[in-house]
Amino acid sequence: MSPALEVVSSGALVLVEDEGRPGHAAVGVGRSGAADRGAYRLGARIAGHGEGRAALEVLLGGLAVRALGRATVVVTGAPAPASLDGRPVAHATLLDVPPGSILALGMPATGLRSYLTVRGGIDVDPVLGSRSTDTLSAVGPAPLRSGDVLPVGTPGGGFPTVDHVALPAPGNEASSLLEVLPGPRAAWVGGWGGGLGGLVGAVWTVTGDSDRVGLRLGGARVQRAVPWADVELPSEGLVRGAVQVPPGGEPVVFLADHPVTGGYPVVAVLTASAADRAAQLRPGDAVRLIPVT
Amino acid sequence: MDSSTGIPVDVLPAGEEAVLVEVADLDDVLALDAALRSVAAEGTGPWSAATDLVPGARTLLVIAGPRADLAALSRSVREVAAAADRSRDPGRTGAAVVEIPVRYDGPDLGDVAALTGLTVADVVAAHTQMPWRVAFGGFAPGFAYLVGGDPRLRVPRRDTPRVSVPGGSVALAGDFSAVYPRPSPGGWQLIGTSDAVLWDVERQPPALLTPGTAVRFVDVGSDS
Repeated sequence: MSPALEVVSSGALVLVEDEGRPGHAAVGVGRSGAADRGAYRLGARIAGHGEGRAALEVLLGGLAVRALGRATVVVTGAPAPASLDGRPVAHATLLDVPPGSILALGMPATGLRSYLTVRGGIDVDPVLGSRSTDTLSAVGPAPLRSGDVLPVGTPGGGFPTVDHVALPAPGNEASSLLEVLPGPRAAWVGGWGGGLGGLVGAVWTVTGDSDRVGLRLGGARVQRAVPWADVELPSEGLVRGAVQVPPGGEPVVFLADHPVTGGYPVVAVLTASAADRAAQLRPGDAVRLIPVT
Repeated sequence: MDSSTGIPVDVLPAGEEAVLVEVADLDDVLALDAALRSVAAEGTGPWSAATDLVPGARTLLVIAGPRADLAALSRSVREVAAAADRSRDPGRTGAAVVEIPVRYDGPDLGDVAALTGLTVADVVAAHTQMPWRVAFGGFAPGFAYLVGGDPRLRVPRRDTPRVSVPGGSVALAGDFSAVYPRPSPGGWQLIGTSDAVLWDVERQPPALLTPGTAVRFVDVGSDS
């Protein structure tokens, strides 16, 4: 019989997330899904249960779950110190959780979002083909609360083949570097060759009103090029990683729950890998954008 | 070049997994959206990884997934655009018209009459007589920006947006009309209320109004 997880403590914010729900952007629902897709996929790979199964995205630790039945789990992403019935256990390592045991995640020293993957996946009812919570469009399961019992799916034919992965902790550097590609409206801030109006080169600070929708950056301003100074942009589609520059010049970097359209120019777009790392930045972190081609 | 066929496009970069296709106006967006949607549905070649076509006022975003060949996709977009019929109006050639029943009892109906110089009865008549069509979505699940209605109904947004607009509110702003799928903040002028279910995740498709759909509002009286 498949195990289940009982939520003993839900921490600040714990969401069910998977690969997301592509295909509905034209009617106002974005893809959503795990904010750090790389960390989520690593968890799925170590758990050995294939693609698309849902995990728990844990913001700054604080989650404790009791295994109802025997569970096989792994923690990836932000290196939250994990313990099993009070004994420390390793990060990015396959863990056996006996029936009745409690796995708890503490506050990670760096990074923002940890992923608790249970082999078989969190088996709540999907909405539009995905179990992801989209915080912007309010589609998908509610955030976890103490007392919730989460069903776990039956693993498919695969078995775990990797039981531990050694990783550098995210966000250890003095300032994080995020690689950007040209956006559709790079010309509005002077173009790719012109440093994007100061976007490239400045040291930005992640502000407090950042969430799964996007990071708001402060500490400098992007200058509009003269011909575009007072032009209004009709709404157009947005991608994860889009760097949008509102009239005030303080950029927004869109993450997993970004709106499907936006009315300010997107001057650059993070690489997929950089968008994952952006989702691990905390308010107050310093960040620089590095152009790649 | 024959002006009735071929849509001029500009394919702009949008990162590793998408391209943004810019065209001249909303009519071209709708014509290109219809043409690309059928190619995307076939899912061959560079379209095999494509997940979303997102129309905007003058653009179409093609989201193609992590393993997409964006150069091949851009070539395909240009080929489809060059072969597309620019004069085709997907709002008229598409499937049946979606009728939306409305009680014209909105709190801003009087303001809209004053702003347009029409009587309240004229506002209702103008809103119901001309067909609308869905230009694009966004803002909220199931929210559709409707265009093509009576140009006399062009009104500005309210000076102060409401903190909460009731779900089902039928509204006007600028070139657009819309029905709020659920309660949300909003600055549009509210002229009526509808019981139409715009968004239902249990329904296939969940959105009542998808891009290109023709829409007609029907006055069902304020007491029904």
